[in-house]
Amino acid sequence: MDLQTLTYLVVGFTFLIYIGIAVWSRAHSTGDFYVAGKGVHPVANGMATAADWMSAASFISMAGLIAFLGYDGSVYLMGWTGGYVLLALLLAPYLRKYGKFTVPSFIADRYYSRTARVVAVICLIFISFTYVAGQMRGVGIVFSRFLEVDILTGLLIGMGVVFIYAVLGGMKGITYTQVAQYCVLIFAYTVPAVFISIQLTGNPLPQLGLGSTVSGESMYLLDKLDMVVQDLGFGAYTDGSKAMIDVAAITLALMVGTAGLPHVIVRFFTVPKVSDARKSAGWALLFIALLYTTAPAVGAMARLNLIETIWPGEVAESQPLAYEDRPEWFRTWENTGLLDFTDNNGDGLIQYYNSDNPDFAPIAESKGWEGNELVVDRDIMVLANPEIANLPNWVIALIAAGGVAAALSTAAGLLLVISSAVSHDLVKNIIAPNMSDRGELLTGRIAAAVAIGVAGYLGYNPPGFVAQVVAFAFGLAAASLFPAIIMGIFSTRINREGAIAGMLTGLIFTFSYILYFKGIFITPIAANVPENWLFGISPEGIGVVGMLLNFGVAFTISRFTAAPPKHIRELIEDIRVPRGAGGAQAH
Amino acid sequence: MSQQSEHQDRRDAYWNANKKIMFGCLIVWFVVSFGFGIILVEPLNNIPLFGYELGFWFAQQGAIYTFLILIFFYAWRMNKLDREHDVHEE
Repeated sequence: MDLQTLTYLVVGFTFLIYIGIAVWSRAHSTGDFYVAGKGVHPVANGMATAADWMSAASFISMAGLIAFLGYDGSVYLMGWTGGYVLLALLLAPYLRKYGKFTVPSFIADRYYSRTARVVAVICLIFISFTYVAGQMRGVGIVFSRFLEVDILTGLLIGMGVVFIYAVLGGMKGITYTQVAQYCVLIFAYTVPAVFISIQLTGNPLPQLGLGSTVSGESMYLLDKLDMVVQDLGFGAYTDGSKAMIDVAAITLALMVGTAGLPHVIVRFFTVPKVSDARKSAGWALLFIALLYTTAPAVGAMARLNLIETIWPGEVAESQPLAYEDRPEWFRTWENTGLLDFTDNNGDGLIQYYNSDNPDFAPIAESKGWEGNELVVDRDIMVLANPEIANLPNWVIALIAAGGVAAALSTAAGLLLVISSAVSHDLVKNIIAPNMSDRGELLTGRIAAAVAIGVAGYLGYNPPGFVAQVVAFAFGLAAASLFPAIIMGIFSTRINREGAIAGMLTGLIFTFSYILYFKGIFITPIAANVPENWLFGISPEGIGVVGMLLNFGVAFTISRFTAAPPKHIRELIEDIRVPRGAGGAQAH
Repeated sequence: MSQQSEHQDRRDAYWNANKKIMFGCLIVWFVVSFGFGIILVEPLNNIPLFGYELGFWFAQQGAIYTFLILIFFYAWRMNKLDREHDVHEE
């Protein structure tokens, strides 16, 4: 069977599973729609959280990022896993005890204020939409690459599938489809990684293979990688190039941002008990760690594989591969534009090296090289991995299904928090408080449908900044929602005035700083270089400063204004003890 | 002592014990990631761990394993604390 047919079969089969689950787990009440009736088993919730959390970026791009960043890529590995420690220790159990449906509801109740609710909804919608646009784009790209349909068709198919299970099933449908999607994506990710680890090191566990010797040689894989990249003028793989303060700030912003992302937090509202919320965060991290500890191995091994393909002999000493002799996968990926060869010196050979390194320029010149001739898109590191390693066609088909699963599961989770913020927080609590449960459920479904349409539009016409949304979504979550929730639980003194001023300060500061250097809607005001940054912190890490400002402003203002009323202090006392969270509702 | 304030004292005792466990875990969380993986990465890189340099291993593998153990430890320890203070769920 050819690859095309096989891919259609595998992807089509997974879609049937998702739709089947959606029909089986239809939502009957707003409780089902928002929080799956609070009856999800902690292990299932952990899996769903993992799929919810790991997006197209984690699945497709992260290993490639690490492959080219080396040690600097650690910020993503630590940042996107360390956030779960914060979630488990500081947020999940208390928010589960509080027991309502959405993040803005907690902020509104705790700070006894409609203004706080509206501010929280604005933060939530902004964070979630920037994030979801990237997911829809990911769906479109995977479809167009593997199924050879155009991006619009790919997008429409993806939107259709999400529509069916998100609108019909709500949180309940999404939860159980995410469990299935997790299984698909982790299988698709680890199978090629295991094969490649065996080929390169003989060790079937990529996590151990990364620390092993290269098969048939006495040299360790990482030492060899350090050597060959330096021979080509790149920095050593295991050394960093970023300033320590920036590495620390980005890592912390990603951790805190993770803990402040509404679509992740709301997953912990779905388990029956407070103790389940704690445990469930552990399961979620276990399922995430399976991919996150594999990714650095995939990155390093793919980088070594690539260099050895281009430089079959002694790296940088003998001649590189002739363009004529390029392997089959090279041709396939050239067609997509992800690999791009330009023969600068007209010798028909692929000189791949770092031409941006001034120290290396004399060496390159002495060999008659006239600039780097191969541009490699980082996404190729995961997508082309099975082909580079000569794995069977079914593994390649699996990668397509895994990429789609990763993108769809995240998109669905995001769309759900957007729709519940609209139907529950804006419509039910502010515009039409007398609405019935059925009316609210219908509003939620309509909001989800509209959000899918908007997300699809953004995916098809990306506003030019999709690549930069990571800084935005995480920075804003870290600077606005996270501090408001933490202070709401751990302080009885922070009041309405302090929280609102704090959220606005964090939001506006972070937003302006990113705009100032990245200029997403405007031209950047200053060059995005370390000399211009505040304390040497890049826009990716600035959410940390926004968070500190938020805390500072909230504390100061609360000190000089009236303490929260008595019933709020009782609410805080109550969420701090587990007893009385209320058991599972009928399913 | 009134029943009300006795109840309050018991809640405070539970909350303080919880915070102690939480801060302990957060210290470990900070040390393995920001400590070993970032601030001390260069000195630790002089220590080999199989084919890894130790600092690099913490940054790309070890921190994640520690986070995992931390959360399960916290969940287990808090369940025990809930029972000790009789605030566990039925």
